[in-house]
Amino acid sequence: MMAGVIFVFSAAALLQFFISYCRSLIAASSKQVLSAEVKDVTGIQRIASGDDFKRVMQLLQLCPERPEDRNGVQAIGAYFSLLSFLRSTLARVVPSMRAWTESERGQCAYFAAVALERRISFSRDMLAQQMDA
Amino acid sequence: MPGPFEYFIWLSCTLLEIAVVVCALKKGAIRKYFLLNLYMAASVIVTGARFHVLTSRGFTSPEYVYLYYYSDALLTIFLYLALSSLYAHVFSELKAERYVRFGTLVLLAGTALFSYGVVHESTTKLISRFVVELSQNLYFVGLVLTYVLWAAILKLRETRTQLIQIVLSLGVYFSLFAADYALRNLYPSISSLFISLLQVFGCFLPLAWAYTFWRIPEDARIVPSRLAVVPR
Repeated sequence: MMAGVIFVFSAAALLQFFISYCRSLIAASSKQVLSAEVKDVTGIQRIASGDDFKRVMQLLQLCPERPEDRNGVQAIGAYFSLLSFLRSTLARVVPSMRAWTESERGQCAYFAAVALERRISFSRDMLAQQMDA
Repeated sequence: MPGPFEYFIWLSCTLLEIAVVVCALKKGAIRKYFLLNLYMAASVIVTGARFHVLTSRGFTSPEYVYLYYYSDALLTIFLYLALSSLYAHVFSELKAERYVRFGTLVLLAGTALFSYGVVHESTTKLISRFVVELSQNLYFVGLVLTYVLWAAILKLRETRTQLIQIVLSLGVYFSLFAADYALRNLYPSISSLFISLLQVFGCFLPLAWAYTFWRIPEDARIVPSRLAVVPR
């Protein structure tokens, strides 16, 4: 009985902390303006939609990985899956949740686009270094 | 005996713990978050000691079992103290460090007493049972305290991004461990699965802290109410 109560409390706290943690990762990138080039490639002009996420992630995987980005991208990927799950289950019953999950999914896509921008400039730097050498 | 996967997780976790201390050193955050870094450094030392005893005495030897559980309890106490230092950061403007320190010690003593109360009727290995019980209970107490700290951050409108990310990742870590321990008690027949999961969960905290120290500038600010699950 006691273990059951602890489990329920821990699972609820885990969900809250995980969502807030992912939002804190996203918040850092939401202020960054995308370059015209990345806007063209991703099709994101000003506000990203949740449907952009998969496409941006595919583009992201084409670029050489930056070790410092990997953890954030993985955490946001997990957060996006959680949001998609909520959207296809709970949000069908609670309409206000649909708008919330959609806005959060869009922010995840924007985060991925910012990561893409960083990877592109990282690749360019690497190429420039090789050319110099 | 641990397999290649366990060794891989173990090594990754240790490297990440070293990365936390190195990142904090490079970014000048070692003094500010001294107890957090001390916990990571202690964790690396404990890993070294465990590996030495594992290779010299064997996985099932009493030396390894004792070292594992006793060092685990010690590390949990270290992490608990690190959490109390985060309280001191959040309440620094209220000049409440003395009360935080006193509260931390009272709660630690209370948890130790409660743990003793749970195991005191055991006739064999009383101290070992106590150590295991204390460790498990401290994870749950840590989770509750982190939850209270997060509520205080929202209430006091604390804006330091580094501090917020450290607290949130600690919350995720404590919740994972508390949930895992609860599941182990609920389903003892598959406890080996939950023990393996603990190793993987253990990598989360150094990963998140290394990221925070490396990527988040000390002066970065964030509006905490925007991060809350329930909008404020």
